[in-house]
Amino acid sequence: MPLPVFTGPFGPAQAERLLWRAGFGPRRGEELRLARKGLDGAVSWLTNPPAKDRLVGWHPVDGKGYRLSPTDKFGHDHLWWLDRMVRTSRPLVERMTLVWHDWFATSNDMVGSQRLMIRQNLLFRKIGLGSFPGLAMRVTVNPAMLVYLNGLNSPKEAPNENYGRELMELFTLGAGSGYSERDVREQARALTGWTADYKNGVGWVRFRYKQEHHDDAMKVVFGKAGPWNWKQAVRLCIQHPAHPSFFVKKLWSYFVPVPPDEATQAALEQLYRESGYQIRPVVAAILHHPLLYEGPRMAKPPVVYTAGLLRSLGDRIATEDWVWLDIMAGQLLFYPPNVSGWNDGRWLDTSTFRARWQLAGRALRKHAVHPERTKGVDVPRDPEKLVNRALEFWGSPPISDETRAALLAFAGKVMAAAVADDYRQKAFPVMALNGLRHLIAASPEMQTA
Amino acid sequence: MSAPRCYHCAEFTRATLFRRSVAEAGRGLPAIEAGMPLPAGTGLDRRAFVSRAAGLALTVYGASALRPAALDDGIARAAVSARGNRVLVSVFLPGGADALSVLAPVGDARYRRLRPNLAFKPGDGPVFREDGRLHWHPSLAPFAKLHKQGKLTVFPAIGYTHPDQSHFTSRHYWEVGALDARESVGWLGRYLDVVGDPDNAMQGLSLDGTLQPSLATGRVPVSTLASPADYGFESHHVWDVVHELMEDAIADLGALSRHPDPVLAQAAQTAAQSHSLHRQLGRLVGKDGKVNYHTKVEYPDNEFGRRLAGLAAMLDAGFPIRAVALSGPGDYDTHADQAGPLADGLKTVAETLAAFQRDLERRGLAGRVLTLVWTEFGRRAEQNASNGTDHGAAGAAFLLGTKARGRMVGEFAGLNRLDKDGNLRATVDFRAVYSSLLEQWFDVDAGRIVPDAKKMPRHSLVKA
Repeated sequence: MPLPVFTGPFGPAQAERLLWRAGFGPRRGEELRLARKGLDGAVSWLTNPPAKDRLVGWHPVDGKGYRLSPTDKFGHDHLWWLDRMVRTSRPLVERMTLVWHDWFATSNDMVGSQRLMIRQNLLFRKIGLGSFPGLAMRVTVNPAMLVYLNGLNSPKEAPNENYGRELMELFTLGAGSGYSERDVREQARALTGWTADYKNGVGWVRFRYKQEHHDDAMKVVFGKAGPWNWKQAVRLCIQHPAHPSFFVKKLWSYFVPVPPDEATQAALEQLYRESGYQIRPVVAAILHHPLLYEGPRMAKPPVVYTAGLLRSLGDRIATEDWVWLDIMAGQLLFYPPNVSGWNDGRWLDTSTFRARWQLAGRALRKHAVHPERTKGVDVPRDPEKLVNRALEFWGSPPISDETRAALLAFAGKVMAAAVADDYRQKAFPVMALNGLRHLIAASPEMQTA
Repeated sequence: MSAPRCYHCAEFTRATLFRRSVAEAGRGLPAIEAGMPLPAGTGLDRRAFVSRAAGLALTVYGASALRPAALDDGIARAAVSARGNRVLVSVFLPGGADALSVLAPVGDARYRRLRPNLAFKPGDGPVFREDGRLHWHPSLAPFAKLHKQGKLTVFPAIGYTHPDQSHFTSRHYWEVGALDARESVGWLGRYLDVVGDPDNAMQGLSLDGTLQPSLATGRVPVSTLASPADYGFESHHVWDVVHELMEDAIADLGALSRHPDPVLAQAAQTAAQSHSLHRQLGRLVGKDGKVNYHTKVEYPDNEFGRRLAGLAAMLDAGFPIRAVALSGPGDYDTHADQAGPLADGLKTVAETLAAFQRDLERRGLAGRVLTLVWTEFGRRAEQNASNGTDHGAAGAAFLLGTKARGRMVGEFAGLNRLDKDGNLRATVDFRAVYSSLLEQWFDVDAGRIVPDAKKMPRHSLVKA
């Protein structure tokens, strides 16, 4: 079955959307450079990144100019990862890391260790484009996940069903997709045997598999009998007939907001199976698909919006404000609300809109021109030119006629008021420029991509 | 996020930051460390409404079935049936306020030895009329006056058996009204579950923007009130009329509200809705950025005072409120250099609560409001080497109101009878106070609300 491929012109607008969906938006001019590669070249650049990331720009610091303490200080884990999003030269790797953080949602709320959370994050970053069964296996026995979903200390005498259930419901098969409550219980038995020690002041240490804690008797999972262990528990899920369909639908949903048609769905499932359950080819096919370029827009998740602002401005992380601002916008990294991850249908409401307004304002603060210190600052007085100047500041993002009209009306009213006295004549055009930059960042076009 | 103050213990700082920030995010209140109790109310459904009737931004908890239109109806209906009902306000002093400074045992020989750098001297603060050994903290002169007027009941040593010295755990016990780490409904929440209305979200009102766990319910909705002044759209270096024009322009960003692309349209609608919410709330905010509550009483200029002034105005306007909770100003986790911050915090609390009482009296509401002031524990009798004090056991609490009996309840046991950890022993159990209040103030069977009510004595707290 052939997979549909976008055949329209691959210009800067398409390249920009691709950079938002598969990354964190363009650096200044990046969409132009990517457009020159053409669709195939662009997708190949994203999906075949170098083994080592090249972080562009200054390393991140806290509000006092000190280096971050990602494993110790509250919020510094968020800043540490946000910095990777801002400075990465492998946007898809970083975006896939975010996808897997949501897919295999694990919250430090329960884990209680930034060190273990970051260890899990490094795993996602390292193998996030490789084999899905490999990823699922590593996640199953990943320390943070073992703590989060009670894989720890689930001995044969009292197997805990938490991980076994979510493995099927949320990670590999989907709710109600060909497994029973008996399968949940049997999987819990297969997953027994992992343990660790709790050390006061340090937390969980010495994660290990103890044969004597594992139930090595026969189990029946999906009708197949055997003395299954944790590896086989995962493998049985991957080999379950419902898995490819679940995998494709879920992965697709991170990149395109409307479901694929039946033919696309079937072709992607076939591609997934024939590749030996590899992630990379399926992502590449989705990034080629016409619906990504021609379909509706998606709301930028809060961290994507934040990282995108800083990438566009070429700024580095230099304040802890991003932590509470992103919390208010609804996304604190390493703290998804529950095991099913963030609800991306709820990024935009009146309270998160205000948080995004503040996020944009925080990013703009160092660039805002002081209205009474305008010596040597050349600010146009014509509303049209003011709007264009403010758009150029953001790299001239494509903007609708309606939004342009709103911006023009604002600039026009300010300039109409910029009369009467010297203060108004000098200060108002500057304030108009500051305000226009902020309004553009808050516009529907920049909240979505 | 404000920078943590250096005299906090790490647990308290992190717990506070986390609670505040996560609660702001509307994601419920998470546990801080493995093994610590989840605050009551964790995971409650949360939705934001603007009550047109009240002109207020409410965030409603535990009301997934409540439609926005039903919110105002429920409040309006309850306002008729709940007219004149009694109200309890819970004020929490976070961090564990030092009972031995609140009421300093200046007349106890051991006091100066235990507190060589921190002890008050005779004459620093007013003498406590019911036990001459005790002197009020100088900052608490307004409390001494209220006590003299018979409007302030004093619990000099309140706590519970086998005191827990974790901020989180001890606070949780007080919040749920039981020594039970797994309990997830607050004690005031359980009261509202018994007497409350399934449609009235204002019956339990958290005044500081986050759900106070003592109000967390299992059955009926409760809400938090954000200050109308908290929903502004500022921009750096955009001033004067340009700022006003910019706010108007946010409404114009809604021009794409009917765009065929559903997400673009949603983003536009959100901009337009945010602007109209801002405008609605703005009507309550004066030119100086402050909310106007039309009070004749002058409150100290602080956030705590603004919240209590707002509460008095809302009660005066007939809002159907039964239980209120908020945190008091100040940080009481005074591990180092405690004298200054403690004095500042207590001064603000006492002056503001005195103003609140005056406001209630002038509005004719004083007969139906009692305010309970509490903290999760007191502090170690012996000071530490940093001119601070570490976590202790019994703390001090107060009950303020025209209808409060206004006498000492329990006693100061003296510094010669400290517990094995060197902490002040409790002479009153907080669960006995809750049980007494439920029966004498709210006229309900305490056994339905406080699990250990049967085992607890009762104290006479309310004037006939």
